[in-house]
Order: sequence, then C-alpha cells, then structure tokens
Amino acid sequence: MALVSLTNVTKTYPAAERGGAPVVAVDDVSLDIEPGDVYGIIGYSGAGKSTLVRLVNALEPATSGRITVDGRDLTEMPERELRGIRLGIGMIFQQFNLFGSKTVWDNIAYPLRVAGASRAEIAARVAELLEFVGLADKARNFPDQLSGGQKQRVGIARALATSPRLLLADEATSALDPETTQEVLALLKRVNREFGVTIIVITHEMDVIQSIATKVAVMDGGRVIEHGDVFEVFSSPRNPSSQRFVATVVKGIPSPAELAVLRERHQGRIVTISFRDGDVSQASVFLELAAAGLEFELVYGGINDIQGRAFGHLTLAIRGADAAIDAALSRIASRVDVTEVD
Amino acid sequence: MDRLFELQGEFWVAAVETLYMVALTLLIGGFAGLVLGTVLYTTRPGSLLSNRGVYNVVNVVINFFRPIPFIIFIAAVQPLSRLVIGTGIGNNALIFALSLAASFAIARIVEQNLLTVSPGVIEAARSMGAGPLRILLTIVIPEALGPLILGYTFVLVAIVDMTAVAGLVGGGGLGTFAQVYGYRQFEPVITWAAVLLIVAFVQGVQFFGNWLARKVLRR
Repeated sequence: MALVSLTNVTKTYPAAERGGAPVVAVDDVSLDIEPGDVYGIIGYSGAGKSTLVRLVNALEPATSGRITVDGRDLTEMPERELRGIRLGIGMIFQQFNLFGSKTVWDNIAYPLRVAGASRAEIAARVAELLEFVGLADKARNFPDQLSGGQKQRVGIARALATSPRLLLADEATSALDPETTQEVLALLKRVNREFGVTIIVITHEMDVIQSIATKVAVMDGGRVIEHGDVFEVFSSPRNPSSQRFVATVVKGIPSPAELAVLRERHQGRIVTISFRDGDVSQASVFLELAAAGLEFELVYGGINDIQGRAFGHLTLAIRGADAAIDAALSRIASRVDVTEVD
Repeated sequence: MDRLFELQGEFWVAAVETLYMVALTLLIGGFAGLVLGTVLYTTRPGSLLSNRGVYNVVNVVINFFRPIPFIIFIAAVQPLSRLVIGTGIGNNALIFALSLAASFAIARIVEQNLLTVSPGVIEAARSMGAGPLRILLTIVIPEALGPLILGYTFVLVAIVDMTAVAGLVGGGGLGTFAQVYGYRQFEPVITWAAVLLIVAFVQGVQFFGNWLARKVLRR
C-alpha cells in the first residue's frame, strides 16, 4: 500500500485582489508514493511543488480531493489529530528554519518534547542523532555559529527525532554550495537506506533528482504533467512541457539560440539522435550513416548518468543527397529517437 | 547650591518616588502590554490563532487611546482611576494612568517584535506537531526576546519621562521636585540636580537593557 496517496487533490487560494480570480496552486494532482521511495518533485518556481508538499503534512488544508498518509485520511481530520500526524512526518527546509534562540541540542530535542518524551529518552535520542549527522561536538552551539551545511544537518537530525517514516525535503539544498549539497544529499541517502525513511524531495535542481531520487514527478502550473521512474522521465519525457523542462537541465539538447548558431556554422541537415542506455549503440548509428555514404559531424551533445544508467543526445550535421539522408534516418528512427531540427 | 543641601531629604524622597512609579508602571503596564501585544500578534489574520473580530477590536481600542497626549490622558481617566483604585490623585493615580497608557504603547512594541520572528521558524514548529500556544511560548517569544528587551528598555525611558508630570494630579517624584523647588523658586541648581539624576538613571537603564539584549542575542 502506498505510504502517501493523493487523489484528485486541488488547492486554491483566494485572489490577492478583490474581484480577481482565485489562484490554483495545486490542480487535480493524483500521486502514489510507496514506502522506501525517494520521490523527487521537480518544476520551476511557482509550479506548486511547495504547496503540494505542505498538503502532505497538512500544514495547508486541501481545497478538494483526498490525501492519505499511512492509510489515514487527512482531509477530514480535526487540527488536534493532525498534530499527531505531523509528529510522524519530518520536514526540512531551504532556509533550515532552526530555532535561533535554542542550542543545536535543544533544536533536536524540540519535537521530542512536543511528543512528550521523557528526559532520559530525549537525552539518548538527541545524542544518537548528533552522532548520526556528525555534529556531536556542536551540541552546545547556537545555529548562527554553524555553516550552512551544518545547519541543514541539524535540520535533518531534528526532522528525524521522532523516528518518522516520511521525510519532506523542501528545496533542502537550494541554499547550499555544490559541495555541501552533495554532502547533504549523501546524508539523505543514508537516511533512506539505513532507516528506511521514505523521502519526498522538492527541488528545481536536476542534480538533486539525479543523485538521490528513484521516482520523479514533473510539475508545471499546479499540475503533475509527468511522473514515473527517474530514468524514464528524464531520458524520454513524453509531455511537451516536461520535454522543455528536461531540456533545460539535461545535457546535450541545444537551446533554440544555440541551434541558430549551429545552423549558421554548419551545412547540411541538423538532426538530434537520442540514445538510451543499452538500447542501441552509438556505433551502429554512425555505421548506418557511413554505409549510406553520408558525411556527418557531431556538432552538439552530451551524455547523462542517472542511477548508474546513461542516456544522451547527440546532434549531427549530415550532408548528402536528401533522399539518401531520409532513407538512412528512417532506418535509424526504427531503433532510436531521431528529431530533425529545421 | 546651599539650597540643594537643605532640600537633600526631599530630593532623595522624590528620587525614590520616581523609582517607585516607574517600577510599578513597568510591572503592571509591561505585563498588560505583553498580553495585549501577544493577543494582537496571535489573532492577526494568517497568524497562529487568527480571529478577525478580536484583532479588530483590540486594534481599534489601542489606536483610540494611543494618540491622546499623556497630560490630557491623566485627567481623562481620573474618574476611572477613582473607580478602580479608589483615588484620582497622588502617585498611585499617576501609576494607574501611566500603566494604562504604557500598556497600549507596549502592546504595539510587543506586536512589532513578535512579527519579526520568521514565519519559516513557526512553520517548522508546526511541522513538528506543536500547537499554537506551545509555539507562542516556546518559539515566538524566545526568538523575539532580544528585540523585546530593547523595546521594553525604550518604553522604560519613556515612562521615566512621563512620570515627570505627576505633579498634575498631586503626585511627587523628581519631576515635581524640579518644578516646585527649582523652576518656581528660580533655583536652576535644583532643577539641574533633578535633571542629572534622571539622566543618570536613564543611562543606567539603557546600559542594562543593551547588556541584557546582547546577552540574549549572544552578539
């Protein structure tokens, strides 16, 4: 059974101005998140990702639709009961949101106090978590004495304090430099593997999805426009707007401006061939072109690695008789995706 | 100068009276202001316990009383003072009026400072299942404590200033002392003695407030 299940969930905010149209932040979203998943939700800012994740721990009530967490329906639940649900869901934030007036130790102890844990339980659990995130020596420090990466590690320890089954990460690495981002992602990976915590990762960064997510949903304008296995969605996006989105983060797809430059510099027809790991070798495609007596050169391209599987896009400028090119391309197109750029 | 020595007794009595009025006002008005300001903060639309009705009533009441000049306010609340504490004159009547006026001013300062607490931090506490009251007492107020202390210090200095008009309702203190023995008897030395003591007192308070806020903010 899915750990988190959203069915036709919509969230509307009243219009900012009198008489304006209400703002639809999340539009008819249905998603199932299975236990053990690291589920990435990617999209541009304003796509509704952050609102969506806040519906899952009921920080915001849904306008319509059904949300269940661990089999319990949140939509009709009174606020007091929702607090109990939130205790069992950890959350980390882009700006860390640590309590500045409390020490690292007290930050991590806070959710345990809310849960009504005993003094001894708190002491044991906080010590254990500090050890896990590698900040045992910072227990008595205040958040403003820590670096960004350290702050997020405290945030993670705090979110894990009550041993939740689900962790929500809202742009958790967006305020960090690339190196620290990798550190924090590695820690999240450990959280998923060692404790079996299901993680929902909200991000606009491809890197984050690439390095930790197993599944991904692409959001645009409040809707989930595509979802599934990370490799599938990124290597062959079906929806036009997710293709556009994937193109901005996936290496190897030239932008319209870059295409214009390519066309100016190279003669012949410009064709993008998309490879997916294992499907077809690049060599077989090149041999096909060579066999047809066509002249070609590689003008743009890139290979991406997701979860140990590679996919990529190579853009070629092909010169020769139009008929010969068409024939060769149609033979190739039966095996790999070919997009002619005109 | 000789006159100051003659009036030494009265001078110190006045000083103690000022301290008494300031301390009691800070205690009563400070507490009432904290409650009022917290009510404003929590009932504000979108806040922890948003309640438009309560917010609007408190907001309007505070806005009604705040602009009244204190010297008129004392006279205006005199009947109320008689009703509540049994007298409309003397130091206690002044404390009554001053506490009332101060609580409205403090309410605004408390509200402003609580509003500086980052919504993200409050959201974090909510995401851990904390209820509104717990968030208010264990997160919002501690997070705003540094600026709150500075706010109270600011108000305390204003209260010292306002006690100077105690003479209007027959109260004492350094303000009355300076007027009665200094100003009206053409004794600038007496006036200046009162001024210097008040300045010293205010400096002390401000210094202490800054120190305490720095300690809380750890910077």
